[in-house]
Amino acid sequence: MRIGLFATCLGDTLFPDAVRSTAVLLTRLGHEVVFPPGQTCCGQMHINTGYQREPVPLVRNFAEQFGDGSIEAIVMPSGSCAGSVRHQHAIVADRYGDAALRAGVATVAAKTYELSELLVDVLGVTGVGAYFPHRVTYHPTCHSLRMLRVGDKPLRLLRAVDSIDLVELPGADSCCGFGGTFALKNAETSTAMLHDKLDGIAATGAEVCTAGDSSCLMHIGGGLSRIRSGTRTLHLARILAATRTTPDALTEAAA
Amino acid sequence: MSTFLGMPARPPRSPYGTGNLRGDEPFPRAAHRELGNGQLRRNLGKATTTIRTKRLNVTGELPDWEALRDAGSAIKTDAMNRLPELLEQLERKVTEHGGTVHWARDGAEANEIVARLVKATGSSEVIKVKSMATQEIGLNEHLESVGITPYETDLAELIVQLAHDKPSHILVPAIHRNRDEIRQIFLDRIPGVDPELDNVPAHLAAAARAYLREKFMATKVAVSGANFGVAETGTLSVVESEGNGRMCLTLPDTLITVMGIEKVLPRYQDLEVFLQLLPRSSTGERMNPYTSLWTGVTPDDGPQDFHLVLLDNGRTAALADAVGRAALNCIRCSACLNVCPVYERTGGHAYGSTYPGPIGAVLTPQLAGMHAADDDPNSSLPYASSLCGACFDACPVKIDIPSLLVELRHQNTEQSGTTPEKLAMRAAAAVMKRPALYTGAQKAAGLGRLVAGRDRTISRLPPPFAGWSDSRDTEAPPRQTFRAWFASDEGRAALRAAADEHDGSHAEHDPGDGRHDPGDEGHDHSHGEGEKK
Amino acid sequence: MTDARDTVLGRIRAALALAPTPATVVPRRYRTGRVLPDGERLALFTDRLLDYKAEVRPCTADRTAQVVADVLRDHGARRIGVPAGLDPRWLDAYDGDVSPDAADIPAPRLDALDAVVTASAAGCAETGTIFLDGSPDQGRRALSLVPDLHLCVVDLSSVEAGVPEVLARLVPERPTTLISGPSATSDIELERVEGVHGPRTLVVVIRKDV
Repeated sequence: MRIGLFATCLGDTLFPDAVRSTAVLLTRLGHEVVFPPGQTCCGQMHINTGYQREPVPLVRNFAEQFGDGSIEAIVMPSGSCAGSVRHQHAIVADRYGDAALRAGVATVAAKTYELSELLVDVLGVTGVGAYFPHRVTYHPTCHSLRMLRVGDKPLRLLRAVDSIDLVELPGADSCCGFGGTFALKNAETSTAMLHDKLDGIAATGAEVCTAGDSSCLMHIGGGLSRIRSGTRTLHLARILAATRTTPDALTEAAA
Repeated sequence: MSTFLGMPARPPRSPYGTGNLRGDEPFPRAAHRELGNGQLRRNLGKATTTIRTKRLNVTGELPDWEALRDAGSAIKTDAMNRLPELLEQLERKVTEHGGTVHWARDGAEANEIVARLVKATGSSEVIKVKSMATQEIGLNEHLESVGITPYETDLAELIVQLAHDKPSHILVPAIHRNRDEIRQIFLDRIPGVDPELDNVPAHLAAAARAYLREKFMATKVAVSGANFGVAETGTLSVVESEGNGRMCLTLPDTLITVMGIEKVLPRYQDLEVFLQLLPRSSTGERMNPYTSLWTGVTPDDGPQDFHLVLLDNGRTAALADAVGRAALNCIRCSACLNVCPVYERTGGHAYGSTYPGPIGAVLTPQLAGMHAADDDPNSSLPYASSLCGACFDACPVKIDIPSLLVELRHQNTEQSGTTPEKLAMRAAAAVMKRPALYTGAQKAAGLGRLVAGRDRTISRLPPPFAGWSDSRDTEAPPRQTFRAWFASDEGRAALRAAADEHDGSHAEHDPGDGRHDPGDEGHDHSHGEGEKK
Repeated sequence: MTDARDTVLGRIRAALALAPTPATVVPRRYRTGRVLPDGERLALFTDRLLDYKAEVRPCTADRTAQVVADVLRDHGARRIGVPAGLDPRWLDAYDGDVSPDAADIPAPRLDALDAVVTASAAGCAETGTIFLDGSPDQGRRALSLVPDLHLCVVDLSSVEAGVPEVLARLVPERPTTLISGPSATSDIELERVEGVHGPRTLVVVIRKDV
């Protein structure tokens, strides 16, 4: 399958390892990964902060970059960006766009997937040949869980990983407190939520806390780093892309 | 009846400076104070955890829960679409059955109507059933100002009233108080209470029973709200637990019910939906202990003088917004408060309004506006959410609260003029829409490495990021962006190696090429379809 | 007053004109018209009532008077109130003081009663709810509210499976009270406590063959 990879602005700039792993994983599974070079940002931060005029060019750019009919599916290693493309771009296009934009948005929204959805629903795989000999706990990010409804797909993928020690996260469904600009505008409430999430992670004794969204992981990881926790964060794609022959840097370091 | 020439006039919000629909400080500042109260955090954490489990148990046992939510949502939407005819029908039916219907444009008018009706009975006291509408309009304060003493009879409202406190929850207004605090309030404020009173909830409830018994027997006028008003039959309904509602609705000579105009239901049959949705969502019970249904006046049974006050107070302003209007579908169950991670930490007082929590954050700004004064605290409410979506899943009438919050944030930025934030957002979008500028900006972001410590983390950031860096480290940006790697020799080699791995394993099995129809499962499930599990 | 009415209705019409939405069809795909065998309805109804901490006494019609007398004796009820239309045979075995209710009896006098005995209009098994509708054998609302013990006789044939089924039996214009267990509150730490202002004890006598 010809798959368009949307790196997301955060993934491209700050967390390229997760995007790299996504590209490697899909290629290893026999698919052609294309990266439209004109891509930038989906505009989620703008929309969630209350700005709908400003991201119109971003919404248009996304539709143009990925509208190509030869791209059969669009994947992004971010539940919240996939949620924005699927649910919010239409709102912006309806309000401030023209008929062409509305049509373009509908086209890309219909073939947009978060990574675990693409793997399980579209490509029909749960065992991706990964090897990850570590204790891992999974945080289901809010937009994956409640906007995209990915359900247990990430967990099915993780359970199929060779040598993984997967432990349940207490209070997994609770928000980590990120919420984009919420973490800035209501930093103290966000911190209170974060601390409860960190307590849950600590209770698992996991070496790694994983999730399908680099933004939430940035938040959780920032908290773990501040309290000098022994747990680190790693995007789901990095675990799924780790194999015996090409282990993740974390595994290499431990070996 | 007015007729329109051209564009109809936009209905007004609840008048500024009246009632209880606005706090005196923005949410983050109020939250700061509440977050510092450890006792409050423990009380709320315990209570919300208890109620969440109960709710999931009783909603999970109904196989048609989702169908009930669909019906509940559609009934309310239908009622909003047909509001004029339904209210006129309700008025006609109530009048036919011996009641009197009054209309109030705002809270002050409703307060005056109630005070006038009470005075006409000659009574200087009223007993009250817990009611959000009368809390919203500040009825108690108004009655006191004209020499009428209101007695709250719901246990939690009594606790709040005795402590000169404010409610902090729609269903359980004293949720911020624990048993020890309540015991102390009773010891301090209930005349003649047993000084040996302990903190056992059953004993505290018994003390309230003894205190209020005499009021129920002697007071001639009661004031209530209404959960539902059925247009088809003129039937009103109060859903409650303690029996204080039955007392107030039954024993006095005069009953005055204040009902928001959005509480009307088209058909009596519609109760079959809401009497399943409401108790299971609010207290996590299969049915609440008592529900009263009454239609006007019944000879020889209950109050012989019945008044219904229909209240606008900004509801029509909310109705004029095609998106925001959905907030009027709320049946005040409080399930969204109980699952909200923000409410759980800050409590209800931080919202400054009678309506706290997620539904309050979308309802309050619509009823009272967000820009009625400089730095209107209500403009901070739509941001008091991480948009986690737990409220939407819990809502029995499927109000998409996260989408409403995003919509109100948009309305706020549209009404706010040019702010530094807007300029920053514009600048960010201007950069991001041009790939060349964008890659330049990525290089600049890479400079963040310079301020990072030896462990590649940044522990201190300037405003507006200072709140972030108070409790979170930030990783220094990596040396290479993804797009640079993808275009590099290293990236090409890595992907070629990955492709070779596939070709190598291809001979024996094919893990990756099994294509499925993308539409068959899972894609684009709309938000709020139901509970997990 | 008329002015406020016209103003509010005018605002509503203006709001609907400013933001018109298409007409809505209500999907009623939830369960309706359910019929359960007697045994299942009895078991479900009983289970729910016990969950609310109500007392349940199943019996046959010919034992009504004996069971009523037993319950009242067990609870030490010496003075009881009854609605004027209650079947007098239900009290044949009771030796205490019986006061038939009348509209002019003030509430404080009801407070002096130990118990009240009423019939019922209907029941709902799935939620453990009893419906009173003010019929002569159930009386005015104050009567079943003020005394601290409510003994309610429910005929199994009047107990429906679920909420839609039972609401269809009601006459909307009658003053109707839904009772699900004794009075309760969850106002202190969201923990349910039985017994506040309404009757603190609810005894349900279910007549299985009526």
